[in-house]
Amino acid sequence: MLHAISKIRMDTIVIETDRLTKRFGSFTAVDKISFQVTKGEIFGFLGANGAGKTTAMRMLCGLSIPTSGTGTVAGYDITKQSEMVKRNIGYMSQKFSLYEDLKVWENIRLYGGIYGLSEKEIAEKTDRLLYTLNFDNERNTMVKSLPLGWKQKLAFSVAIFHEPKIVFLDEPTGGVDPVTRRQFWELIYKASDMGITVFVTTHYMDEAEYCHRVSIMVDGRIEALDTPKILKQQFGVKSMQEVFYHLAQTAKRGD
Amino acid sequence: MDAISVNKLSKSYGNIKALREISFEVRTGELFGIIGPDGAGKTTLFRILTTLMLPEEGTATVKGLDVVKDYKKIRRQVGYMPGRFSLYQDMTVEENLSFFATLFGTTVQENYDLVKDIYQPLEKFKTRRAGKLSGGMKQKLALSCALIHKPSVLFLDEPTTGVDPVSRKDFWEMLGRLKKQGITIVVSTPYMDEAVLCDRIGLIREGQFMCIETPREIINSYHEMLWAVHADKMSTLLSELRAFEGINSCFSFGDTLHITVANEQLAPATLKSFLEKKGHTDVEVYPIQATIEDCYMLLAK
Repeated sequence: MLHAISKIRMDTIVIETDRLTKRFGSFTAVDKISFQVTKGEIFGFLGANGAGKTTAMRMLCGLSIPTSGTGTVAGYDITKQSEMVKRNIGYMSQKFSLYEDLKVWENIRLYGGIYGLSEKEIAEKTDRLLYTLNFDNERNTMVKSLPLGWKQKLAFSVAIFHEPKIVFLDEPTGGVDPVTRRQFWELIYKASDMGITVFVTTHYMDEAEYCHRVSIMVDGRIEALDTPKILKQQFGVKSMQEVFYHLAQTAKRGD
Repeated sequence: MDAISVNKLSKSYGNIKALREISFEVRTGELFGIIGPDGAGKTTLFRILTTLMLPEEGTATVKGLDVVKDYKKIRRQVGYMPGRFSLYQDMTVEENLSFFATLFGTTVQENYDLVKDIYQPLEKFKTRRAGKLSGGMKQKLALSCALIHKPSVLFLDEPTTGVDPVSRKDFWEMLGRLKKQGITIVVSTPYMDEAVLCDRIGLIREGQFMCIETPREIINSYHEMLWAVHADKMSTLLSELRAFEGINSCFSFGDTLHITVANEQLAPATLKSFLEKKGHTDVEVYPIQATIEDCYMLLAK
């Protein structure tokens, strides 16, 4: 882990936490996690259900105040400058992404407006977005009538519409078929090439292999963090699936 | 007798044809997987077979009973776990289970043996409201409720979506135990590693089955030349391979790319040296056996 961090240049760090902790009563959901993520990196944030991923992600997005420890995201303090954090990130999840009862263009218009883009910018960027996704004919379609895979691709493009420094993706491909999942990951690669940092959770272990680095949370702690290649070597196994089994089976916390 | 028999079943929503003259059988005691993209018609099929929706054309029977005429009898014999969590969120774990038992004129005690394995980890949370459970626990409770009246056919619509790999493995071990007790199981899933665990699978797309076979038969009928390719820079490798003449398809598969090769003259070594000339390092190219996921990708084209 130290080896991986020593290679990171300080000026490119976009997420940094130091002993970040969240307790609910006597229950420690997130237990002193410390890590750094760099610009343009695809960072896989893995763990079993109930390991504390969502709680950690909510703190990083400025939606939940840490009990102790510190964190900066896009250069802003997650405790004291949460509004600035929110402006500089994008977010999408499997459960919530777009408004079902709005048309495709209305969803884009809404998010563009929320992030303070001008009418002109929104109009131009909408055209470009629909063109790149091959969605020109769906401009006036209600989001609820789009297939899930299309919805998720659109939701991702909307989440990075305001060109955030970081995009947080919470199980973006849950329930999506193998073909669409791969198309979705090709969008992630493109965003990363543009310099957007991608912070992603997934239960598909082949997707863990697509990440530059991966962390695995067990019972609120980060138990492993490195490139998939090094993690596999470290545990002497052939796939991330096996790395995950090794670590997650040690979990004490009942799901 | 087959547990399920479907003959030319069709269903539309407005202009959208959800099911197009679909026909298939599920044998008694079989673990049958339905694999396909969102919008392929999986949920519509589940709803018709569980008598929650009427077909437009065609017929279907479950345990020899007609899904339209004998719907009341079918409901007593099937268990259904819908894709969306649909238990009563503001009732406790215990209340949900006894509610479903009562609905079917039975008691939790009477069939406890069947759900014991699944329900036991929930015992300590039995006074917690169902809405406050974690994802994995909700799933166990939903399965317990679908089983408490001892159904002979169990329908599970994407039971493991959003569930972590360790819990997924546990869940499939539970299904294996239910199958041993003679319960017929129809399950849909987006996970290809689960598809392999079924006796037979049907790959469904746009309201039709593309094939229904055992996983082994599906893999054996794959006749493309399939190679794995790896190099240090995977994202540039992907676009370069897609542009390469003689390569039909190229997709990410974990830490390698899988390519199907159209040009039979092409050798792995030739492609390797081509990629090295392009500046790639650590290049590996080698033929591989297809997985179910490769078969799916080919059929879905």
